[in-house]
Amino acid sequence: MSAAREQIFTRIRRSLQRSAPLAAPPVDRLPAPESNVRPRLEKDPLACFIEKLHTAAGTVDRVNAVSDVVQATADYLDRHRLEPRLVVAEHPLIHELIWPAEWEIHAGPATGDDHIGVGAAFAGVAETGTLVMLSGADNPTTINFLPDDHIVVVSALQIVAHLEDAWRLLRDRATVMPRTVNLITGPSRTADVEQTIQLGAHGPRRLHVIVIED
Amino acid sequence: MQRSTADFKRRAEAALQNVSLQQAMAKAKGGFVDKRRLAVNRLPEFEQIRAEAKSIKEHTLAHLDYYLDQFERKVLESGGQVHWARTAEEACSAVLAIIGQSGKQVLKGKSMVSEEIGLNAAMERAGHTVVETDLGEYIIQLAHEPPSHIIAPAVHKTRDQITELFHAEHEKYGLTGLVTETEDIVNEARQVLRSKFLSSDVGITGANFLIAETGSTVIVTNEGNGDLTQILPRKHIVTASIEKVVPSLDDMTVLLRLLGRSATGQEMSSYTTLSTGPKRTDDQDGPEEFHVVIVDNGRSEMLGNEFHDMLRCIRCGACLNHCPVYGAIGGHAYGWVYPGPMGSVLTPLMIGLENARDLPNACTLNGRCGEVCPMSIPLPDMLRTLRFKEHERKLSDARARWALKAWGLLARRPGLYQAVTGVMSTVLGRIGRRAGRFRALPLASGWTQVRDLPAPQGATFQRLWKGRR
Repeated sequence: MSAAREQIFTRIRRSLQRSAPLAAPPVDRLPAPESNVRPRLEKDPLACFIEKLHTAAGTVDRVNAVSDVVQATADYLDRHRLEPRLVVAEHPLIHELIWPAEWEIHAGPATGDDHIGVGAAFAGVAETGTLVMLSGADNPTTINFLPDDHIVVVSALQIVAHLEDAWRLLRDRATVMPRTVNLITGPSRTADVEQTIQLGAHGPRRLHVIVIED
Repeated sequence: MQRSTADFKRRAEAALQNVSLQQAMAKAKGGFVDKRRLAVNRLPEFEQIRAEAKSIKEHTLAHLDYYLDQFERKVLESGGQVHWARTAEEACSAVLAIIGQSGKQVLKGKSMVSEEIGLNAAMERAGHTVVETDLGEYIIQLAHEPPSHIIAPAVHKTRDQITELFHAEHEKYGLTGLVTETEDIVNEARQVLRSKFLSSDVGITGANFLIAETGSTVIVTNEGNGDLTQILPRKHIVTASIEKVVPSLDDMTVLLRLLGRSATGQEMSSYTTLSTGPKRTDDQDGPEEFHVVIVDNGRSEMLGNEFHDMLRCIRCGACLNHCPVYGAIGGHAYGWVYPGPMGSVLTPLMIGLENARDLPNACTLNGRCGEVCPMSIPLPDMLRTLRFKEHERKLSDARARWALKAWGLLARRPGLYQAVTGVMSTVLGRIGRRAGRFRALPLASGWTQVRDLPAPQGATFQRLWKGRR
């Protein structure tokens, strides 16, 4: 233990008028988080998720089956006149998709040359229209930030009401925390020039979410 | 960071005369305030969540050693390293030791603690190239200025000034055109900084929260620069202060509900990112090393004393946005890292009251900062406490102390007080009867330089009151 650590802890305990370390506080918030006051949702979670995502300048498509994701992506590329060159995460949700043969597809991570990234969300949070993205071999974080266009696929079953619900799903996974958890709410933006909001500062200029409802 | 807090009055005066600063502040004025109000009005549970947030922070501070220890354990378990720093110097040395040999290109995400410890200057002295990546921070780095707002560091700059700065700096990248529109300015910065993101050795970010449950550090941003800063380079270093720790993911969630709304009026900012340890063995991207430098720098002494409440601050900037003094003079006049009401409390505690004695007086005690603070920090009360201390330690202006003493002597003797004020109001009323006001008065030039003093009319209040009974 470093001398600095020792002294900081000693000072903290002195200020708190305690001489020894605590085994645990009288009420330990770690093993069992308190239940929070949660903002009431005005609609069902999916409708709320979509509305909030729109407010945050994201766009949404709803499809019936996983296989429809390809067509939804093709429509999106058409709408924005984009070349079909994609970096796609190998996430189980989208791994089986069969992309048109003439498209240029490579698996992650993304590089500075990738303009369109496709990934899958672990959950969607209705309260704020937020996507919860977990890093991992099948979902490299660079896909979330380097491309100009970020397309995210999420299952309607994974849309939860509040962020606390997403944490509960995360704790239920057998594995430890992933290296990076990204809570993404809309595309990149800045207001650093005269407080005027401009999308596409350093991250994606557009965020498009495809919700699978089957 | 260099400090000029002793020069507050002159700097405030200069700020009031600074045309471009006044233009920039006029544009910012109201925007933050309106957005916050709308966001708070849309959340009926705001007051309940505010109470909840305060109790979470108070609980954490009361057991700070426990939660810091838990946080450290979790970071180590996930393969990261924790470094403890008592002072700014120790913190800089820790970061320099992690960076290693000189000549590195270091990316920075926005971090107020790094400003507090003077990290950029330390890294530059050690031979490293520092690239600020938040657009606002990048702009002021080009201007060789410190931030003037804790969440909008370049709020004092006009678009014309940014155009000029980019024109001068970006020529070397072959970008010779003048960018004047916001969209073009942002795109040019994106283009220049993108190549830096892809070619740097080290990324440094701050932390809005440290989570004891998981050992995660959390940044709350909108641009995505903080994320590119921490996933592309080989080393990710986090600078954070001890009071940033919260027990669980759920506890952080409560604070997040207040932070975005209070800062920019957003229910959730674009990116909230949790980083836990270095990249895992099967990860295809992410840093190979993860370091958290935890800084005390005087905070452990504030714990439990009369300024304890300040440790609840989540750095949203609402108190700055609602402060009429900040709105009039901007952040630079305050002379150090933290401006506005929260800065006027923190700065004297960190650099010594004797070095910042004007700051607690740069306040009209209108109370708005305390009303909007999401963490219910009694900022006006603490500013008043600092004024008491100045008076006790004779740090305030000798004339002000003498005048207060004289007034105190009078006020404790009602008969004498009434006689003296009665004579004064009669005399001044006669002299000023014709004009109805004074444009100049001996001993009162501080008042009359910028406004007239109305001449007293008729009898004193006390005499009128007696007359009515």
